[in-house]
Amino acid sequence: MTLPPSTNLSTPGTTEMEPDEIAEPSPARAPVPPRPGPSAADRPVALTKPGLGVRLKGLRAFYGEAEQVKGVDLDFRANEVTAIIGPSGCGKSTMVRCINRMHEEIPDARAEGRVLLDELDVYDPSVDVVAVRRAIGMVFQKPNPFPTMSVFDNVAAGLRLTAQGRGRRSKADQQSKVEAALRSAGLWEEVAERLHEPGSGLSGGQQQRLCIARSLAVDPEVILMDEPCSALDPIATLKIEELIGQLKTRVTIVIVTHNMQQAARVADRTAFMLDGRLVEVGPTDEIFTTPTDPRTEEYVTGKFG
Amino acid sequence: MNASDPLHRYGLTPARKRRDRIARGSILAGTILALIPLALIVYYLLRKGLGSWSWSFFTTDPTGNTFFGSSNIGGIKSAILGTTEIVALASVIAIPIGIGVAVWLVEYGRASWFANTVRFFVDVLTGVPSIIFGLFIYIALIVGTGSSYAGYKGSLALALLMLPVVIRSAEVVLLLVPAALRESALALGAPRWRVIFSIVLPTALPGMVTGVLLAIARAAGETAPLLFTAAYTHNTNFSLGQFMNSLPVQIYNDVTSPTTSVVNRAWGAALTLVAMILVLNLIARVVSRRSRLV
Repeated sequence: MTLPPSTNLSTPGTTEMEPDEIAEPSPARAPVPPRPGPSAADRPVALTKPGLGVRLKGLRAFYGEAEQVKGVDLDFRANEVTAIIGPSGCGKSTMVRCINRMHEEIPDARAEGRVLLDELDVYDPSVDVVAVRRAIGMVFQKPNPFPTMSVFDNVAAGLRLTAQGRGRRSKADQQSKVEAALRSAGLWEEVAERLHEPGSGLSGGQQQRLCIARSLAVDPEVILMDEPCSALDPIATLKIEELIGQLKTRVTIVIVTHNMQQAARVADRTAFMLDGRLVEVGPTDEIFTTPTDPRTEEYVTGKFG
Repeated sequence: MNASDPLHRYGLTPARKRRDRIARGSILAGTILALIPLALIVYYLLRKGLGSWSWSFFTTDPTGNTFFGSSNIGGIKSAILGTTEIVALASVIAIPIGIGVAVWLVEYGRASWFANTVRFFVDVLTGVPSIIFGLFIYIALIVGTGSSYAGYKGSLALALLMLPVVIRSAEVVLLLVPAALRESALALGAPRWRVIFSIVLPTALPGMVTGVLLAIARAAGETAPLLFTAAYTHNTNFSLGQFMNSLPVQIYNDVTSPTTSVVNRAWGAALTLVAMILVLNLIARVVSRRSRLV
């Protein structure tokens, strides 16, 4: 595996910040007293760090003979939230699934072109697909906690499933990483008392934040979100959107959404796709107020789609 | 129902109500019809078999002393232990291989040409009469090697019989595991084998237990594959390399006897076999329910 050195899971913190501060979903709430436990040295994750950007070059994706993504060049800048909008079937999800090579899990599906994580082409034959997915996490449309596992185990699953034979993590280390991930996902206070109950017993919004915590636990560089709020109510959606705003200090976020208000609320930049091609990409307010392409204008003003 | 009722035009007409009653009635009748033979079997087994159950029935071997009027025919100890041993070995062989094949079919082979060929032959194997498996082992391991009958040869015949049942039932259950679970585990950067062992198999476990039990129950009740592989003997033994008694073969031998007490022993043995499978079922259900978190 040849990921850039900075993708190492144990990247030392670049900027030290109090974890509770940023993980707190609402600053109005009283801060949780820091728990005795891990020393600063093995604080799980640095809270801000330069994430890695992703660049697509001539990306094409196929299902059998059908071409779904027809040559897309697009930059996702590090530590920014990029929203992808477009009508159903335009290839948004397929394109995003190419970034962490989940597209190829579908029988007969393949991708062409290049996806660069920082400088590394994730489709290079020397690259280990498993390492790519560790560095580029994913949150799916429907919350899908592992049904046989408790809340704790769901978050720890990311660590356990990816643990190397020699680098097995200690119990205490696991515990602190799970707690940190749950705090970062704004879920800790809601589940601290029920860590050992089934993850499937949480509400839909909590389940989705549990899934976000699960992908945060392995400390990825990029998180891909494929319509993460489409199965949630407005309050749960709002919580996830707040969370996205906080998370971009440590990861690069790509979010596919059908909801244009959501794109406007969370994204620094927005890309509009149509029929497998990128129509336009730019700062979110420009895309929604002064788009250069008439098709973008028609779509964002609700004339079609 | 009068015209001022706002639901009037949505209401059921008498004809529809009648059709509904007829449909419900025939479904209920079908269910009862299907239950009749089941109830009769259980009733006859209890009525005829319970009489021969006694402490010594379970703790003594059959004597072979079955002449007319003989009082000391013995029990079915060797048959119970023989069936347990033979089926246990058959399960140890067939269950891991069967689940392995199912995992390969679902997780790796998918719709490939080879996987479909495997599925086709597994289906063919399901339809093969059980005596053919006995015959195959008889020719391959008894005639072919010039050796004698042995318990493990019976186990092999039963394992062949169980294999397609285990594969097919496990495959169906594995296919039920939502693809989203596999995807989210893979997207965490888990290697495929870890996804299978930590996510897919635990999720599918309760269903797989059911399928495996079905296979065990079927194997435990088979006579034909054992007749000329494990053969028949009176004595209890714990060496699978020897002739070995089993409940179905014991029943088969006893029921053709002219002696009433021996025929009664067959009924007692039949009831024992059914009870053993029932207990196994209950144990496995409790175990698989406990192991599941939901």
